[in-house]
Parts: sequence; structure tokens; C-alpha cells
Amino acid sequence: MAAVEIKQVRKVYQRDTQKVQVLDGISLEIAKGDFVALMGPSGSGKTTLLNLIGGLDRPTSGDVIVSGTSLSGLKGRELAKWRARNIGFIFQLYNLIPVLTAIQNVELPLLLVPMSGKERRKRARTALELVGLGDRLAHYPRQLSGGQEQRVAIARALVSDPEVLLADEPTGDLDRKSGEEILNLVVRLNREFGKTILMVTHDPHAAERATHALHLDKGVLSN
Amino acid sequence: MNFFSLVLVNLGRNKRRTILTLLSVTVALFLFCSLGGVLDTLQEAIKVGSETRLVTRNAISLVFPMPLSYRDRIAVLPGVKSVALQNWFGATDPKNPRNFFAQFGVDDAFFPIYAGDMTLVEASPPQADVAVPQGMDPKLASYLAEQTACVVGEKLLQKMGWKLGQTVTLSGTIYPGSWPFTIRAVYRARKKSFGEETMFFHWKYLNEHGMQGRAWVGVYVLDLGDPGRAADLAKQVDAMFENSDAATRTESEQAFQAGFVSMYGNIPFVLRVIGLAVVFAILLVAANTMMMAFRERVSEFGVLKTLGFEDGMVFRMVLAEAAIITLGGGLLGSLGAKLAIEGSGFNVGGFLPPMSVHWSTVATGIGVAFLVGAVSGLIPAWQAARLRIVEALRRVE
Repeated sequence: MAAVEIKQVRKVYQRDTQKVQVLDGISLEIAKGDFVALMGPSGSGKTTLLNLIGGLDRPTSGDVIVSGTSLSGLKGRELAKWRARNIGFIFQLYNLIPVLTAIQNVELPLLLVPMSGKERRKRARTALELVGLGDRLAHYPRQLSGGQEQRVAIARALVSDPEVLLADEPTGDLDRKSGEEILNLVVRLNREFGKTILMVTHDPHAAERATHALHLDKGVLSN
Repeated sequence: MNFFSLVLVNLGRNKRRTILTLLSVTVALFLFCSLGGVLDTLQEAIKVGSETRLVTRNAISLVFPMPLSYRDRIAVLPGVKSVALQNWFGATDPKNPRNFFAQFGVDDAFFPIYAGDMTLVEASPPQADVAVPQGMDPKLASYLAEQTACVVGEKLLQKMGWKLGQTVTLSGTIYPGSWPFTIRAVYRARKKSFGEETMFFHWKYLNEHGMQGRAWVGVYVLDLGDPGRAADLAKQVDAMFENSDAATRTESEQAFQAGFVSMYGNIPFVLRVIGLAVVFAILLVAANTMMMAFRERVSEFGVLKTLGFEDGMVFRMVLAEAAIITLGGGLLGSLGAKLAIEGSGFNVGGFLPPMSVHWSTVATGIGVAFLVGAVSGLIPAWQAARLRIVEALRRVE
């Protein structure tokens, strides 16, 4: 079974009186355990496609099926619950909550799962150790470097053990060395932990680390 | 970490703003409950009255007196146990004219009638054997034996720094001249509403030295055996003096007190309007704060929703933040008002019982704070809940 199936997806935005077509009848399958890089120029619809797969947005037409669940059949609350269990997000600007420590940021998704506080902390600590930040648990985002912040964000994406990780330009805001470390970590998550990863990137070097690369241009996929 | 600690952490995000908002709610609710306390105190003043007592005064106004001869005519009416008389004195302490307190010239019958409202806690020993009438506290022996003696409230004694046995001289205003009084007994109120800042002295002393024996009486207090007969007796008394020079108006002591309170006119209405204006002002402050907090965190709400937080959870989180600030301020302000106002013991110079803020007023204050929290938090909470993730995340990226 494919981890992600996209069937004839169209996405049209209404901007004032004009309709803007961002995705034009895209169909796609990503196998379980695959690591796919999604490339394309700005405005080609990469982030929109990522948002549709993550259930952050809904397609104008077509269907998105992730881990066997058709997202069009899920209502708001169900979709939120599904997202908490099945998808991990990694953003370009990390999007950590500044008033929470590293371990508290990682604990956030676990607040949605019935679990004791002790168990939550244990899992969050394990996730942070996995990304190499076992000694930065009580640090606030402002006390961390960009690379470390992104690693906390990856730990947050991992902590609820989702099947699919969606990364939107995860190295876009990092220097080359930190970017390389993050890519190594993402590759490790794919190879060692079998996570299905879809990574949006502009960087051909980053795309080379993926098992497949897809190109999106003007809302249409091309090989 | 749990949901509640997440809310608290968010409140600590901008500590200065949170504390300032909390303080503004605290001050507003302090003011609201203090104004409510004035209304409570006015209500309390009405409660001084007893159902078993009637008060007879001049029908024209309280400031016009009645002749002493009425006492004997009233006393013989069936159902009247005893009659006391009482005159407002209105003198000031020449050493401290601003430190005003109430003084009344009363006859001996006054103390047995009010025995249930006050108790004597200190008294000078009598110089010689004095026959204390039946039903009267033996501690009044020294007071009864001396024409210039007086009985003062415990709080008045403390406030003025007086001592038992001390002679104090007051300057008369209605009855001019210097008036020496010797403190022969100290009373404590059995009912809070009775107050402890009043001086009682012999009406005879006032009559002989202030009225040159004309024997005018301010009010008569009628002690009844059966409160059920109060209405009939009031009519009988007034009918008896209907065609005299000083027609009377007799009413229950509670109604008398209520009439006294009504002399404050529209003050209760004005206080309520001010209270509501304060609440409205603080509602705007709290709403503005919550909107600012919402706008600063739009992308964070997007992140939380991305992680799986449902709209309802985000709604509750924002509302809880508003409620904690306003409820915290409400609790501090309302309880602070109760403690500060009741602790001050202020009683408008004995005109009113000591100022108090009823628990019902405190509860109203906290309820108002809750309402302010709900209203001020509702719009940002609703907006945060309705926020589309994609739009929220776009604010940063």
C-alpha cells in the first residue's frame, strides 16, 4: 500500500475576484518508506501540495489518501486528530513556541494523546536524544542555534511516531554545515526508522539525498 | 507540562503586560466593590432597626422637636412596654473638629430598650450606693449618679484615645457652649450594624443646660411587647397628636432608618452608574490586551493546529488566558476591597454602621470579572479557533 496517494488533485485559490489555479490535476503515489524531494520554482505549488497531503488545506477537487485514509472524508475535528497521529511537520523557520523549553516544545503533540506526564517527558527526552540534543532539554529556542532549533523541530515532528514526515525547506534558513547535519538526520530517519518523507526544497544538493525527486512547475508534475 | 501550564506559560510571555492588565482589573474591581460596599452599608443602616420598636418623630421633619409631655401619653397605650427619648446633640471635639462622631442625649429608659444591641464592657465603680432600676445593667450605676456622665462606644474610645473616667469637653453647635462629659461606661455592639462610635449622655443634662428646661424631644422610641401590633399602635399614636402643634409620624424603626438613608437621595444610583462605567472601561482594556496577544501569536496558533490541536482547544486556551487575568484581578480587587474597607472601620462619624462589603458584593465583583474575561476573550478566542492553518502559517513564512 502506498503511504501517500494523490488522485487528480486540483487546487484553485480565490484572490479577490480572480481565481488562481495552483495545482492542476496532479496524481502521485509515494511508497511507504520512500524519501521524496519535491522541487520547483517559487509559486509552482510545492507548499500547497505539502499542505494538502498534511491535511492543512483541502483540494478543490480530487482526493488525497494518506496511510489508507481518504482525507476528504474527514471533518475538522477528525482531521486534527488524524494529523496528530499520522503526520509530522518540519518547517523552514522551525516554528518553535518561544516561551517553551526544548523539551516542552517536543511534548506539545503528546498533550493530545492520553498519557501520563512522566511518560510524555520520557518520550520527549528520547526524541531529543535521538536528534542529539539530550543536553539541551531546558534550553529555550532563543538559546539555541538555528541548526539546533531545527533539530528540536524534528524531534517534535517525530515524538508521536507518525508514519509520514513532511518537511518544507528544512535547510532553507541554515548555513551549509547545519543544513548538512539536518539532511543527515532526515536521511537517518528514513533509513533507520523507515519514515516516509516528502521534502520540499530549492536546493539540488539537498534533493540528491532523497531516493526520488519530483519537479513541479505551474501546478503540474514533471519528471 | 499540561494544558493549564501551557496557558500559564503563555500568560508569562509578556509579563509586564499581563501584570499591568491584572492590576488594572484589580483596581477596577476594588473600586466596583468599594462602591458596592457603600450601598451595602446603606442597606446595613436600615437593619439597625428592630421590629419590636417604633419611632415617633415630628411629622414635619426630623429637625423639629416634640414636647416631653407626649412620653406619658404614649407610655399608657396598651401594647407599649416602655418609651425612651433621644435628642441629636451634634457637638464637636474642639481639639479635633474634623473628627466628627455622633452624640445623643437619652433618658434612662433608653438602655434597657437597647440592651439586646449593646453590652457594657467597662464601667467606673459608683462613688456611693445608687439604686439601679430593674432591667438596667448594674454597670450603669456610676453613669446614673452623675449628670455629666456619658457612655461611649469602644471604638470611639480607642479612636479618640480616651480613657474610662476621663472628662472630655465638647463644643456645642446646636446647643452652643462648652460641654464637659465624664466617661463612666464603655459599650460594645452586639450587632455590627449598631456601631461603636457613638456617645450617649443624660437627656436631663441637655435639657437643663442646652434647652433651658423647655424639654424638647427629638424622637421617642417605643418598645413593644408584640411586633404584630406595631401598625395599629403607630396609627394610634399619630391620631392622638394629629391636631396638636407638633403632629407626629410614627413608623417602625426599620422604616425610620430607611427614611434616614433615603436622605442620601440618588447617591446609590450614581454609585451604580460609576460602577458600571468602571466595568465597561476595564472591559475595553482587557479586550484590547487579549486582541494584542492574539495578533502576536497568529502563526503559533497555526503551528498548534498543525500539530493536531483542535479549534475547540485553541478557543479554550485563549479564553482561559483572558479568564485567568480577569478572575485573578477580580479576586484580588474584590477581596482587597472587603479587607481594606472593613478594616478601616469608617462609619461617616457614626451616621452609618461601620462600612462593610457584603460577601454577595464580593461574589458579584468576581462574577463581573468572570464576565469581563469571557467577553474580552471571546472575540480573540473565536478568531483563533476559526483561523485557517495555511493563512496562519503564511504570516511568518
